[in-house]
Amino acid sequence: MERFWFLTFDGLAAGAVYAAFALALVLIWRAARVVNFAQGAMAVATAYVGYAVVSATGSYWLGLAAAILSGLALGALVERVLMRFAGPGGPLNQVIVALGLVLVIQAVLGMIFGNEYRPAPAPFDTDALTIAGVAALSPYDLWVLGAALTVVALLAVLFTRTPIGLRMRAAAFAPEVSRLLGVSVGRMLTLGWALAAAVGALAGMLVVPTGLGLHSHAMDLVFVIAFTAAVVGGLDSPVGAVVGGLLVGLILSYVTGYLGPDTTPLAVLVLLLAVLLVRPGGLFSAARARHV
Amino acid sequence: MTAVLEVEALSSGYGPVPVLRDVAFTVPAGTVTAVLGANGAGKTTLLRTLSGLLRPTGGRVRYAGEDLRGVRVEHLVRRGLAHVPEGRGVVTELTVAENLRLGGLWRRDRADARRALDEVYELFPALARRRDHAGHQLSGGERQMLAIGRALIARPRLLLLDEPSLGLAPKVTAQIMALLRRLRDERGLTVLLVEQNVRSALSVADQGIVMSLGRVVTAAPAARLRDDDQLRHAYLGF
Amino acid sequence: MTTTPTETAPATASPLRRLLPGAPAGRDPRGSTLLRHLAVAVFAGTLVVLVTNQLAPYQNLQVARVCAFLCVTAGHTVLVGLNGQLSLGHGALMATGAYTVALTQQALDERAVRGWWTLPASLLAGVAVTALGGLVVGLAAARLRGPYLAGVTLAVATLVPAVTTIFTGVFNGEQGLSFPAQTPPAALGAYFQPERWLAWIALAAALLTMLLLANLVRSRFGRSLVVVRDDEVAARLAGIPVARTQVLAFVVSAACAGLGGGVYAMLTATVAPGKFPLDLSLFLLMAIVIGGLGSLAGAVWGAVLLVALQDLPGLLTEHLSLSAGLAQRLEGNLALAVFGLVLIVVMLAAPGGLQGGVRALTARLRGAVRRRPATRRSPDR
Repeated sequence: MERFWFLTFDGLAAGAVYAAFALALVLIWRAARVVNFAQGAMAVATAYVGYAVVSATGSYWLGLAAAILSGLALGALVERVLMRFAGPGGPLNQVIVALGLVLVIQAVLGMIFGNEYRPAPAPFDTDALTIAGVAALSPYDLWVLGAALTVVALLAVLFTRTPIGLRMRAAAFAPEVSRLLGVSVGRMLTLGWALAAAVGALAGMLVVPTGLGLHSHAMDLVFVIAFTAAVVGGLDSPVGAVVGGLLVGLILSYVTGYLGPDTTPLAVLVLLLAVLLVRPGGLFSAARARHV
Repeated sequence: MTAVLEVEALSSGYGPVPVLRDVAFTVPAGTVTAVLGANGAGKTTLLRTLSGLLRPTGGRVRYAGEDLRGVRVEHLVRRGLAHVPEGRGVVTELTVAENLRLGGLWRRDRADARRALDEVYELFPALARRRDHAGHQLSGGERQMLAIGRALIARPRLLLLDEPSLGLAPKVTAQIMALLRRLRDERGLTVLLVEQNVRSALSVADQGIVMSLGRVVTAAPAARLRDDDQLRHAYLGF
Repeated sequence: MTTTPTETAPATASPLRRLLPGAPAGRDPRGSTLLRHLAVAVFAGTLVVLVTNQLAPYQNLQVARVCAFLCVTAGHTVLVGLNGQLSLGHGALMATGAYTVALTQQALDERAVRGWWTLPASLLAGVAVTALGGLVVGLAAARLRGPYLAGVTLAVATLVPAVTTIFTGVFNGEQGLSFPAQTPPAALGAYFQPERWLAWIALAAALLTMLLLANLVRSRFGRSLVVVRDDEVAARLAGIPVARTQVLAFVVSAACAGLGGGVYAMLTATVAPGKFPLDLSLFLLMAIVIGGLGSLAGAVWGAVLLVALQDLPGLLTEHLSLSAGLAQRLEGNLALAVFGLVLIVVMLAAPGGLQGGVRALTARLRGAVRRRPATRRSPDR
């Protein structure tokens, strides 16, 4: 039972990061009807920026801020320079352009920083605290959980309570009507990409210290898990992305804990296929499945 | 009487397919002008070109004496030109309140925007009752009221209205036409009304423009269109 | 992807019209499509065989690798270009075919089963297993419209290499498997170059794939692929089962990738997860995009490109005389960056790819030839 609780807490902490990352995917999907396959690579790039600032200034918090800011800039840049021009050719073209971006980002990172894993120290202790005899969360886990959930809450407030959030939602749902009502739909799209990339950057900063370290491929698996989380929740649903992320985090934690870490990739694949075969619309989406 | 809208030799279309050819007419201030014609006559294309959703391939649109060429769609509403597109134009995923708020987001004069919102709720008590319902939960008539109400929050000078009667019961259509008459008489609103429902449109319009195959075939006072049997038979089918 | 013209059926006629049974647009005025494709295949095959007789062992291996990749790119380009479904997992599908062939060959060898038919049987098993895997993935992805196939196949490409370490007993982990290499039959003489024989086998597989796909594309099914891509509603109205067509297209494409993977494994008589990384799947996509999506001729360009790409990094760093540290960083990465960039530029500027360029060029030449006798028409009529 002790182990169960440990795995539960561990899974929630990991799941919070998946939730944030899945949320970033859902943001762009809702705004532009594109799954940003470059999101993992973009997040790694911003994490490199963040940790470069950390090692230059010695401050984790400055590094975190730098990563998030560079995420905002990178997201806006990608939308303005690439996606806007790939858009007219259809979503397939945008996905292919995003994959080209993955190759470029990973290669450039490899050229600048080399191909070996670089250490990415965590700002807090990563040893688990023991509460009432049960090994639960480490201080770092608590920070991860808190930061990810704070971002989710902030986004929820932004989208439901602020004028800019209302504009962004309207622009995503009904671009033409929104333009007639004075909303700059193009600007909202840029903002959506920027926000999503910033959330991705935060998720990257949170997840990198829990893995092997900084590497151009460090987010490959995280991206796939986040995509799975988004599919579990329904690609259209922000709430679904959060719940899906936590759920996938828990499931993977149990699988890893009870069956061994080697089985994690297989578990992700089985989960993804199973959700699509059994409940393709996800848990929270209104999308209707087709008969095959 | 000054003209709010002057259209000269306007042509436009989708890609290489021309739809509007050499369209010209004027809309005097404080009147309701009905654009009539069969399906495919180019009525909706006309509105979309006027509000910049479609780029004209030739000709000129002057609104309040200003050439609209190069003015971005997003900025038209700031100049008092509101377009309620076909199919109600309600963002169905948003609530009634959110749809109405969206209509006034661009306004600097927050106090007046709030006043305009209160007036819309007063004008359409049904909307006030269903404030927190999502757009897709509304009936067809309620959606049309929401779309018009949302346009009114911009305090427009010119309202482009595309097929407001589409799919509505005759009684609801009559209400909407009565509302347009009231807005014209009480607020001096200028309306360009695209309608398939000729009888309803002419019941409120001051003048009518008849379109056929992308051209204007007749522009005349509404009373004359109502009475001219030949015209009615040829283009309006009743 | 509506801008990409199809290889064999120009998009000028309405898609629905081409679907009608017996519509003249689908018939070729020059006689049977099958015979014509067969003639082209025999001609191309003879040409390549003649060329391989002049080549050194390493060059013949390169020809063989081009042929192995051609099986994959041809099936891939039909899926992405003609059916509009994006697969990012064709590298993993290759791995499936390769491992199946390796396991089958090993099993046959252990039981001392020998004969000319063992390799075709193993390849067939590879095709069957990969097609089955494709069916599961395709079914899962086809339940919803949208980016699901791309996502699921990306997951497959990312995660499948790890599967080999979970079932180490079967797949032997990172080490991979090896099996007896193919040797030329005695009838060809004792001194026959083994690499030439491998090239011939790979060539046969590639020609078979191209022949089948060329006919498939011209068939009723091939036309429905395009209609499904361009307009799902129209397809449904024309009585085409949209989701089933998409699944079937993916299965066909997977089968081709399985064959290519099996042939690829045969060339070195080994398989290992390191040969099928995520990047391979992205390279395959890049190859067909640059070759020209939806074009079988473009798939040939793509396959050549893939083999050139494998040899490029070493060449680059060798000739640039760099410091050891820098060379190590650039190795591989430089090519990756260039190809990523090319992928983006092609997608934004020339979605027709290389074959699109070739087609435009030949059309212009043909137009020039045809125009010469007549007086030139002014462009404004």
